[in-house]
Amino acid sequence: MSEGGVKKFMFVNRKAPYGTIYALESLEVVLITAAFDQDVSLVFIDDGVYQLKKGQQTKGIETKNFSPTYRALEGYDIEKLYVEKESLEARGLSEDDLLVDVTVLGRAEMGALMNEQDVVLSF
Amino acid sequence: MLHIINKSPLSNGSLESCLRIAAPGDILLTEDAVYAATAGNAFEGKLREAMGRFKVYVLQADWDARGLGDRRIEGVSAVDYGGFVDLTISNNSCQSWL
Repeated sequence: MSEGGVKKFMFVNRKAPYGTIYALESLEVVLITAAFDQDVSLVFIDDGVYQLKKGQQTKGIETKNFSPTYRALEGYDIEKLYVEKESLEARGLSEDDLLVDVTVLGRAEMGALMNEQDVVLSF
Repeated sequence: MLHIINKSPLSNGSLESCLRIAAPGDILLTEDAVYAATAGNAFEGKLREAMGRFKVYVLQADWDARGLGDRRIEGVSAVDYGGFVDLTISNNSCQSWL
């Protein structure tokens, strides 16, 4: 367990952004957690990597484009964003396709990072 | 770490992603995920391969509710609700995969 009341929180995002509400709900909880000065990591796995795709244009589906929020996370001291390499590759994407700087981890590194968390929340 | 899965691997990718990414630990299959532990299902090979790294459990009540009887893959253990609680205590953390 981490010291001083600060816990390591990991948010695991595995769903694409607009088909379901999970991605947006995850962001809401992430921002709440940040307000409590916790150690927050966001990870993007499977279709979750699509949340970070550059160039989202949501006017036509009359839905709020929340993708700019990922770039604002830095301002809330949330700087640990991780993307699984295999998930990116399986979707024909590379780091250049993402709208924010991330750390790309292989599946084993991702598993190890998950293992050292105090709390893991799935979205 | 305890990984909890509640969807069938034949219609949802959660278990497969968990097996790909998670570090060695415990996996508890609940609800429709218990089908993963039945002999002869298309995911059996992947589960068996993973059992070298993970201890796999099914929740007995969910298993029984689906009439799966004696079809459990060898090496997979059944736990009751009390056993479920014990697993959450014996592990430092847990994740319910969605």
